[in-house]
Amino acid sequence: MLAFLIQRILQAIFVMFVVALISFSLFHYVGDPVLNMLGQEATEADRAELRGRLGLDQPVVVQFYRFIVNAAQFEFGISYRSARPVTDLIMERLPATLELAIISAIFAVVMGIGLGIYTALRRRSWLSRFIMTASLVGVSLPTFLIGVLLIYLFAVELGWLPAFGRGQTVRIGDWWTTGLLTTSGLRSLILPAITLGLFQLTLIMRLVRAEMLEVLSTDYIKFARARGLSDRVVNLRHALKNTLIPVITIIGLQLGTIIAFAIITETVFQWPGVGALFITAVRFVDVPVMAAYLMMIALVFVVINLVVDLLYYAVDPRLRAQGGGK
Amino acid sequence: MLLKKTLLASAVIGAMLATAANAETLRWTRSADSLTMDPHSQNEGPTHSVNHQIFDTLLYQDMDVEYQPGLATEWHVKEDEPTVWVFKIREGVTFHEGQALTADDVVFSLNRARHEHADMRGLLTSISEVRATDDFTVEVETHDPNPLLPNNLTNLFIMSREWAEEHGVEEPQNYAAGEETHAVRNANGTGPFRVESREPDVRTVFVRNDEYWGIDHYPMEISRLVFTPIESASTRVAALLSGEVDFLQETPVQDIERLGNAPNIKNEQGAENRTIFLGMQMGAATLETADTDDNPFADRRVREAINLAVDATTIQTAVMRGNSEPAGMIAPPFVNGYTEEMDVVLPADLDRAQELMAEAGYGDGFRVTLQCPNDRYVNDEQICQAVVSMLARIGITVDLVAQTRSIFFAELARGEYDFYLLGWGVPTMDSEYVFNYLYHTKEDDFGTWNFTGYSDERVDELTVTMGQEVDEEARNEMIAEAWQIVHDEIVYIPLHHQMLTWSMRDDIDFKVQSENTPHFKYLRFNN
Repeated sequence: MLAFLIQRILQAIFVMFVVALISFSLFHYVGDPVLNMLGQEATEADRAELRGRLGLDQPVVVQFYRFIVNAAQFEFGISYRSARPVTDLIMERLPATLELAIISAIFAVVMGIGLGIYTALRRRSWLSRFIMTASLVGVSLPTFLIGVLLIYLFAVELGWLPAFGRGQTVRIGDWWTTGLLTTSGLRSLILPAITLGLFQLTLIMRLVRAEMLEVLSTDYIKFARARGLSDRVVNLRHALKNTLIPVITIIGLQLGTIIAFAIITETVFQWPGVGALFITAVRFVDVPVMAAYLMMIALVFVVINLVVDLLYYAVDPRLRAQGGGK
Repeated sequence: MLLKKTLLASAVIGAMLATAANAETLRWTRSADSLTMDPHSQNEGPTHSVNHQIFDTLLYQDMDVEYQPGLATEWHVKEDEPTVWVFKIREGVTFHEGQALTADDVVFSLNRARHEHADMRGLLTSISEVRATDDFTVEVETHDPNPLLPNNLTNLFIMSREWAEEHGVEEPQNYAAGEETHAVRNANGTGPFRVESREPDVRTVFVRNDEYWGIDHYPMEISRLVFTPIESASTRVAALLSGEVDFLQETPVQDIERLGNAPNIKNEQGAENRTIFLGMQMGAATLETADTDDNPFADRRVREAINLAVDATTIQTAVMRGNSEPAGMIAPPFVNGYTEEMDVVLPADLDRAQELMAEAGYGDGFRVTLQCPNDRYVNDEQICQAVVSMLARIGITVDLVAQTRSIFFAELARGEYDFYLLGWGVPTMDSEYVFNYLYHTKEDDFGTWNFTGYSDERVDELTVTMGQEVDEEARNEMIAEAWQIVHDEIVYIPLHHQMLTWSMRDDIDFKVQSENTPHFKYLRFNN
């Protein structure tokens, strides 16, 4: 067990290192931060001087070494754009992103499983067909377009929901802010959560439906029906339980994707999360913020994968037998 | 005694009535937030726009871009000392936190902005010393006579020395030091609004400063100003349409018509202080991206042919949907040195252009790459596409590279481009700024934005002297001469002056300011 754990953690560290290396080398192609920081009146000498102060004139290897040493201590320096510590900026923005990601994940899971079951059981009803066709739209339309359409329908035409922002927030503890406790906060959450969750919803729905159809045709379901159990018990207890195993794996992995893909939704809705922070940073060539964000997203994926691996190890005896049997 | 009391009571009631009548909130949006509240740390438009509500400058440009007294009531060059400017400081002004403004605060602020960590210092390089001669007089000494010094001070905000010392922000932020200073998110100015709360990139709330020195001089009808930046253009427009904001500062061109037709919303338009033009590398022996052994741009006839082939009027109608003013020179009408004669656009003349190409020995044309930003100016990429097809008609095959501003400007600054599109504004409202940055030979402190390789001794000489000549008439003659030279040489191909559109609730009375800096103390409500 210990050997397995150490091996996985070493792998995770290696992945983080590679991500750092790739993102760091990318930064040399995104432009020159000094140009944005100094106005158009600055001379070449001014720019060279600032480059020197920021350490941008040193060899790439030295810069990378400094970056890795600092990153290992969660120290990402000062944002070139807003002159504030990057760690502060990310911590300030993280609650907004996490809240949005979790709410849209819940939305996607509940609706996805519900609709998946319905469309599997009532395969031939016109409603199922409608849902299946509509889900194609959810898969094929790009997120930003869905966001823009929702804004024009619900904010501009109907005037029911706000077009942008997070509404009024409430501070909990030292650094967490929540929009879940105010009416304007909840109203602001609806459109972005739907936009962000729609793709996952259709994915989960189609997966549940397919799994469900497969399980329903297996022998033990036929046997359960033969025993005279009610439809409800057969469908929801026997069939659904077996359907959910692959679904849960997918949901776990998708949570990371939701956080990472929040970038587009956050930009469309001016949602003050880390994704919007990242986009603004890219426009300004705010290298410290970009680096910290990419490392954070890599960490999220690495941790999720690590947890999934460990869960498999706990669940699947075959893995244990291989490692521990010697 | 009784009379005094009655007077006082009526004054109180009067004040209450006035406040009740003016309890108006304005919700303001534009694409980007201010970067920092530290007024000397960044030299950037949106940052200045926010700071103009909180702080005052010695003088500023009002909504018609005319110079107006701010914290300085008058300014003039000292008699017999052409290198010294004298500023009389307004008396009886207090900062939001109660400190009284004196000449010492002005000296402190100017010196703070000259600090090596301040990005504002580029505007103040001509200054050698700033001193207070009494409590309300400041003298600014420059290395050489500088007739344009006041023009460089319109975004130089005055801080309180006492406040700065109390919070340890005597120097602007040093990025390398890695610490956030108190001035990044806190501000204590003398301006028309105080900051009530600020969440960077999310929301900044201002309230009217009822002790403002100009409270009776300006409309000051807004009691509460809420600024929420919205980056996505379609969301910004949707927020105005749905009534969630009242005032939209940068209306995307594609939405101007739609907002104009919407009920209860109106557009205000005006010339922006920015001219769009094409630049060509004419100084190099060969071009990186061309298929010729020599440099076609070095031949004036080729540049003239391009000028005749690029049809600015068609760009105005087809690409800009009418929202631009075709240009013949790189200076908008309100800049000193602008003349209508020079700002004339030649009608496109393909026959003459082809003749010129043949005369120059490029009758079969040539191939070159045009570099273009795609998110910096209004419809920048589409303008370049139009240029590509227009030049194809005289045999020049143009490969277009359009990319994001951060990459474009980095490569441009490294001098990697043969042919590029650029925009230029003139914040000092004087032609000297254009010659200094765009036309002077590229060397140490001059020609920073001259990527054409153009170099003319006479223009260089005129540029330096027009920056020092105090006699207005002699100066204007130099400016006219310099314009004539660069105009005849066709150093750049001017395309158009950009137009600026602000959209707002239709009961708001507010004109577009050409510098794109709204001064909300001027805004009125029609109700």
